[in-house]
Amino acid sequence: MKCDVCDDKTATVFLTQIVKGNMQKINLCENCAKEKGVTDPTGFQLADMLLGFGQGARVETQPMEKSCTACGMTQSTFRKTGRLGCAACYSVFGDGMDGLLKAMHKGTRHIGKVPAHLSTRQADEEHLAQLRTALEEAVSKEAYEDAARLKSEIATLEKSLNQRVRV
Amino acid sequence: MKFTTLLRRPPEWMEHDGPCRDIVLTSRIRLARNLEGPAFPGWAKKEDRIAIMQELQPRIESLNGMKDCFSEDLSNLDAIRKQVLVEKHLISREQAAKSAGSAAVINREQSLSIMINEEDHLRMQSIRSGLDLVAAHAALDKLDTELEEQVRFAWDKRFGYLTACPTNLGTGMRASAMLHLPALVLGEQVNQVIQAVNKIGLAVRGLYGEGTEALANLFQVSNQHTLGEREGDIIARLEKVIQQIITHERNARRKLLEDSPHKICDHIGRAYAALRFAHIIESKEALTHLSMLRMGADMGVLPASEARLIDTLLVEIQPAHLQTAAQRKLSGEERDILRAEVLRRRLHHLPEPDMSACTGPGPEAPPDGKA
Repeated sequence: MKCDVCDDKTATVFLTQIVKGNMQKINLCENCAKEKGVTDPTGFQLADMLLGFGQGARVETQPMEKSCTACGMTQSTFRKTGRLGCAACYSVFGDGMDGLLKAMHKGTRHIGKVPAHLSTRQADEEHLAQLRTALEEAVSKEAYEDAARLKSEIATLEKSLNQRVRV
Repeated sequence: MKFTTLLRRPPEWMEHDGPCRDIVLTSRIRLARNLEGPAFPGWAKKEDRIAIMQELQPRIESLNGMKDCFSEDLSNLDAIRKQVLVEKHLISREQAAKSAGSAAVINREQSLSIMINEEDHLRMQSIRSGLDLVAAHAALDKLDTELEEQVRFAWDKRFGYLTACPTNLGTGMRASAMLHLPALVLGEQVNQVIQAVNKIGLAVRGLYGEGTEALANLFQVSNQHTLGEREGDIIARLEKVIQQIITHERNARRKLLEDSPHKICDHIGRAYAALRFAHIIESKEALTHLSMLRMGADMGVLPASEARLIDTLLVEIQPAHLQTAAQRKLSGEERDILRAEVLRRRLHHLPEPDMSACTGPGPEAPPDGKA
């Protein structure tokens, strides 16, 4: 049997994986197995768990390894250590983590605590939208006194929201 | 607060009897938090870690409830002092292995402890006596919210609080309780309980966390999921399971008393004899015996008021505590001798176990775990 990757040497490493209920079989020669990190059990298990073999096998079609521009963490280091480098890493590697997160958590989306500055911001933004609707109504009814009051409220709220963005 | 004061003062949880204290020694909540910008401690350069520490440490010291705290750069503590903090469950073994750019801040009551630059920029912990995860969480949540007014934590709408390891994502919260389960161990039922607990997404670990042995028949039960579940729901689910384990342990104690009272008396009697009269005693043996005395105190064989002393001794006979008492590094053999000496001295006043509570005519139902 020939190696599935180089299609040249005889395959000596046989892998069977179940990804999303589908069985995948991959046969590799010793060189290709080494190149893919399949012979390093620790590295491989993590890679397997994190990305599923499907993506692992696609390495050859990805000439550049993904890495975080903020801290320089690379995908292979993440796979090896299981730890990310910084908060920004989640926007780089986060999309490929669903399978991993499903396996280790109850869900893949956070539903717990929201930092106070964000929860007030959310509330403020909703309030701002309400005020704008009210302003439109006031203008259409020609209730100019109300409109003036609403305008000034909107301005104050917008100002405080903008300031908080800059922090 | 100085290190010596920290060592001398008993922690608040030891002095109070929280709910179900006969079986649950402590409830702990841990929150993992990171700053928005800098790399996580494991990936950051030493200078960056030091800068993060210098930014966070004074802010934490000035929080409400941290007045008069113990606050120290880990590089200023020798190996024994670090180990003392581990034995007191105030820092982790992982943090004890770190030096420059890592710090610990502990409040006077030792109910709140904050590790700076462990695996995450902040690992904050709250401890309460007995089964009281809700109160432990409330105290820590307050501290977290207060700190959030001063610094921006890395948070994402999808993933919640961002952590170095994806296992802590979301709430960043680990809730755990330390359970004393001697009857389930003696009755060989504890593995069944552990397996059942594991199946529902909770973890059972030994005395000092991941990968440690269940010494003194103490087990830590904690949540494994941190993402996709609210803090309150995680705690409620965990408390419910712990209540069930408590019921199992109480039933197992009752059953042991009914089926094999002499076996129980023998365990307690031997433990008493060894701890009162041994001259060389290893840590593991001492912990096993202390566990039996603790159960004896719960069952009325020993005065219930002694339970607290026994809990104190569980910590005091640990290697670093002994070496601090001796004020020098001790070899293993020296420690075993000193341990026996400490136990003999501290338990000198302990009356002989009154086994009539176990074997007496018409045994009464064992006290139903009133703390």
